[in-house]
Amino acid sequence: MLLSTTETVPGKTIREFYGVVTGSTVRAKHIGKDIMAGLKNIVGGELKGYTELLQEARQEALERMVAQAQSVGANAVVNVRFSTSNITQGAAELFAYGTAVRVE
Amino acid sequence: MDPWVEIGLQLGVPLLVLLATYGIGSAVERRHFRLLRMREIRSRSMPVATILEVPPGWEVTGSALVTGSCVVSLDYFKRFVAGLRLLFGGRLASYETLLDRARREALLRMKERAHEAGYRAIIGVRLETSQIAPNGRRDGRTAGVEVLASGTALRLGR
Repeated sequence: MLLSTTETVPGKTIREFYGVVTGSTVRAKHIGKDIMAGLKNIVGGELKGYTELLQEARQEALERMVAQAQSVGANAVVNVRFSTSNITQGAAELFAYGTAVRVE
Repeated sequence: MDPWVEIGLQLGVPLLVLLATYGIGSAVERRHFRLLRMREIRSRSMPVATILEVPPGWEVTGSALVTGSCVVSLDYFKRFVAGLRLLFGGRLASYETLLDRARREALLRMKERAHEAGYRAIIGVRLETSQIAPNGRRDGRTAGVEVLASGTALRLGR
């Protein structure tokens, strides 16, 4: 599955459009990581635990989007966008979406 | 207990924490900026652009989605200062440098990842910023911010 943030897959031509595909996941924070982040919050700087947590969650959202694209018969997703929203205290939704296409 | 001792304890402990975090936080920030500058110089040869089209004349032999992200937070002292600033309005310099750090770090991570995988340029770059609650006890005082950089990495033929 080819993914791109541009309007087409560079070097390929779009033959068919399948519409928007999406993938999302809602994650709560891990208690251990949260305590570490709480401490880190005092001295400032990067909260590595959160960076990893979000990265991992975003990967899952992407995988779900890819699975949806595969199920409609696409071989690429173009114009992929990410969005993050804080839905409730301590939990966030990671969302990925794009346009499923067939490229050659 | 002597009231003066009690006042000293009540005020002294937060003051000590403030001073300590000021020192540590500033040192961490200075070090981060130094590292960022070094890595930026090292990765200067890789073009990164927000354009959506491949520049004419480039022979693309492969492409992939690449991302880089970073969650950062202010130290206790700067959060305190920013809190005061909020009363008077004006420029929140501590947040400016915080976001600058996060953005540069996210971009660098994206570039470094693309470079390791053998890609030589990135187009269609987007930067997204979102607030992450750093701890559940306080609401509305979140200082943790995530910056995500995403783009399309290109493998170039010669």
